Amino acid sequence: MPMKYYLLTLTIFTPLIGAVLLLFINNEKKNLLRYFSLVVSIITFILSLGLFFGYRDNQVGFQFVTKLEWIKSLQISYHIGIDGISLLLILLTTFLTPLTIISTWESIQYKVKEFLFFFLVLETGMIGVFASLDMFLFYVFWEAMLIPMYFIIGIWGGENKIYATIKFFLYTMFGSLLMLVAIIALGVSAMDKLGYFTTDYTVLKTISPTLVHSTQLLMFLAFALSFAIKVPVFPFHTWLPDAHVEAPTAGSVILAGVLLKMGTYGLLRFCLTLFPQISIELAPYLSTLGIIGIIYGALVSMVQPDMKKLIAYSSVSHLGFVVLGIFAMTVESAQGALIQMINHGLSTGALFLLVGMIYERRHTRLISEFGGIAKVVPIFSTILLIVSLSSIGLPGLNGFIGEFLILIGTFKSSVLNSYWYAAFAATGVIFAAVYLLWMYQRVVFGKLENPHNKDLKDLNKREIGLLLPILLFIVWIGIYPSTFLNKSDLSIKSILKEVNPKKVELIKR
Amino acid sequence: MELKTLLNILPLITISTAVIVTILIEAFSKKSESLNYWISIVILLFTVFYSILDINNQQLNFSNTLHSGGITNLFYFILSLTALLVIISSRNYLVRINYHHGEYYILVLNSLLGMFLMAASRDLILTFLALELMSLNFYVLAGFNRKIIFNNEASLKYFLLGAFASGFLLYGIALIYGSAQTTNIITIVENFNDLLLKNIFILGLVLLLIGFSFKVASVPFHMWVPDVYEGSPTIVSALMSTAGKTAAFSALIVAFYGSITSQVNFEIISKIISILAIASMLIGSITAIAQSNIKRMLAYSSIAHAGYMLIGIAAGNKIGMSGVIFYLTVYSFMNVAAFILVSLLENDSEKRVSLNDYAGLSNSHPYYAALMSIVMFALSGLPPFGGFFGKYYVFLSAVRADLTYLAVIGVLSSVISAYFYLRVVVYMYFRKGEETQFAFSSSADNFVLVVCTLFIIQLGITPNLLLNQITRFLP
Repeated sequence: MPMKYYLLTLTIFTPLIGAVLLLFINNEKKNLLRYFSLVVSIITFILSLGLFFGYRDNQVGFQFVTKLEWIKSLQISYHIGIDGISLLLILLTTFLTPLTIISTWESIQYKVKEFLFFFLVLETGMIGVFASLDMFLFYVFWEAMLIPMYFIIGIWGGENKIYATIKFFLYTMFGSLLMLVAIIALGVSAMDKLGYFTTDYTVLKTISPTLVHSTQLLMFLAFALSFAIKVPVFPFHTWLPDAHVEAPTAGSVILAGVLLKMGTYGLLRFCLTLFPQISIELAPYLSTLGIIGIIYGALVSMVQPDMKKLIAYSSVSHLGFVVLGIFAMTVESAQGALIQMINHGLSTGALFLLVGMIYERRHTRLISEFGGIAKVVPIFSTILLIVSLSSIGLPGLNGFIGEFLILIGTFKSSVLNSYWYAAFAATGVIFAAVYLLWMYQRVVFGKLENPHNKDLKDLNKREIGLLLPILLFIVWIGIYPSTFLNKSDLSIKSILKEVNPKKVELIKR
Repeated sequence: MELKTLLNILPLITISTAVIVTILIEAFSKKSESLNYWISIVILLFTVFYSILDINNQQLNFSNTLHSGGITNLFYFILSLTALLVIISSRNYLVRINYHHGEYYILVLNSLLGMFLMAASRDLILTFLALELMSLNFYVLAGFNRKIIFNNEASLKYFLLGAFASGFLLYGIALIYGSAQTTNIITIVENFNDLLLKNIFILGLVLLLIGFSFKVASVPFHMWVPDVYEGSPTIVSALMSTAGKTAAFSALIVAFYGSITSQVNFEIISKIISILAIASMLIGSITAIAQSNIKRMLAYSSIAHAGYMLIGIAAGNKIGMSGVIFYLTVYSFMNVAAFILVSLLENDSEKRVSLNDYAGLSNSHPYYAALMSIVMFALSGLPPFGGFFGKYYVFLSAVRADLTYLAVIGVLSSVISAYFYLRVVVYMYFRKGEETQFAFSSSADNFVLVVCTLFIIQLGITPNLLLNQITRFLP
């Protein structure tokens, strides 16, 4: 079917085309610019819904595959396709983008056109990363995406934006360039085995496990470092709080919601399948780093005076769960990791949005500035409560599903083969309750002492409207996650099968 | 001599004729500058197209001393395109500094003749003559604005160091001749393995390399680069850093591309070049961090880029050689655009070339700021721009030749250099500054900038168009 053939490409490039068209609109017509980019991002979302409903979850392998020759002499092709994992992440991206664009309606007044331009370009980059099946193409999207994010933090960021954006850029670039060398080295080793250079993921997957152990180890480390910086896995996380705190709300939402997922996606998709042997060998170490991240992130969150920084550190904690889930290598844990990626995108995204909304009203994010605002802004307080509970992992909301699956998976993991991992990780859940509820208590409850808070305005219709879809999915995933888990079930199983057919126990559906 | 041979070297003949004609015009006409400007443009347009049309006609002329067609024509194409772009935007700049004289075009064309000869030459003596022809014109061009003492200083420094480097080169050629009994490059390449057994030959090669390192602006003869790029008129820096580098690399490629096909024992040479490459990359990018003058920063980055390109030569395989040529092409567009943008901000009275002068450029001149950012991102090697693919290809060649450490060092140096390229963007976009005004900006400059940017993007998205041409003509 020709439509099916082009649907994925269309989804990737619609935002880019929109961004280019945006350049021809007059700077002064700010609302037209906003509506236009909103329409573009909604069209992208609708296209991605086409992917969701067109995706057959009973088929193994990639769907919507398009392969076009690009650089023939190097066998580099425009090779894209999605499986259940990338499908859900693409959906998360296209879902969050229009919402964040709505959230900037009033907060971004300076250089609106440039902002929306970079935002749409960023969306193309993100979808491209999740859809690429050629390592070269993947790298192009991965790196190219740095440019818009660099500007978004640098132009519309807070006081210390320049430091934050350069740190973000250089950290990520350092990691990804080493990955580039590894990609090249993989391609060259394919040249030795097959007689031609290639960066096609589906081909490299068959080559890489046959390489010498030490070579594999180095390549794995290069890949893993790049992804670990992006996630960020402890101890490579130091760029994250800076970037989050300085970024404008919309930037933080996308950064936490999607960009960090690219790291965990990379670990799951590339590290595991390209280097199965090494992944199993290093799984205990990476899981340990994940657990350190869980506990460390939670502890540091607890003592943050700034709400945004608190949420930023909580990302380190939540993504620690994802890393643990990936390297526990059981179906449950990996499914949990994937759903946790989505959850984190939704709940942390929503938290950043809420903090952004209160910041617009009070121009401060310090917890000590608030207190007792429950009566002044009831809607805000209610939504903040639901989202916080989802982030903590309350049963019935989405966060629970992810963390619970990860913990059972880790518990019975034969790769890690120890109960201690799950035991330590579980403390993270408790800590999450501590830092989020404590923050909630200090911000919302208590006596209204600060006179500035007395006439805070509650959320307006636009703000409620953009939060409601997120709440819908928070509840949906919490109650009936199968809608999404079914899509990724076979893909996760086939990845784990490739890693180690013996050690991975497959549950029958 | 047959007519056909003359047709083969038509680009050379055209340029030399143009040089003579422009000299005569200069001597007899009062409006020489305008006339010479247009003549140069027409001549360069002709060579750009002719070199592509005649590209399949590969010949060796004049008893194997001059090559024509194929890779040589590819170099003609790159060189004349670069020179064309520089010349188009030169007039404006020269008028602005009150120094618009016809001699400028004569000197540029004459240096271009030297570059052409360098790419075409298959004889060391001829290569040396070509190099001197190019250099002498560059020395004069560097000091073209003779009323400004800065220009004189640049010119003199360039000349003294250049003469010193030429000594190395000549001595190297003498030693090579002594051991090989010939100066013909083709013969030398054929007997490369036997010759490598002689220590004198190796010494000669090393001296030759060191001599060339002056022109490609790599370690150990890189000290002149910042001073000269800073002191020379900006458009001359644009020409020297792009076409000059391309020409010198063309000679290196010709000297070493024997390593692609024959099982040449390339290890020793490769090691020496690797050392030069590493030193250039690191010295170039680390020193550039400390620069607050954008011309000096571009100069140090030019040293780093020479390092990246040397990786391709050190790898010595087909990927490496074609990677270098690809890189040179992209680099020419990037640097021409960068220097022209810098030249636009300067004016005659005060030289506004410090990073602080770029603060808030995105507000006063959004288009120039956008172009400058594209150039900076391309220079730092980010996709989807051409600079990325150049680096990718060069690193690929290093990994292929089992020189992975070169690629790793290259990558690290890229991260370092990203810092200072990004700083330009930081100043333009993230800092508020006074409303800076471009002294002049003409449609000619804008045209050149747009062409360069389009090429930078095109080479990043469809690199195979150029790459196929390059690989087709390499053995």
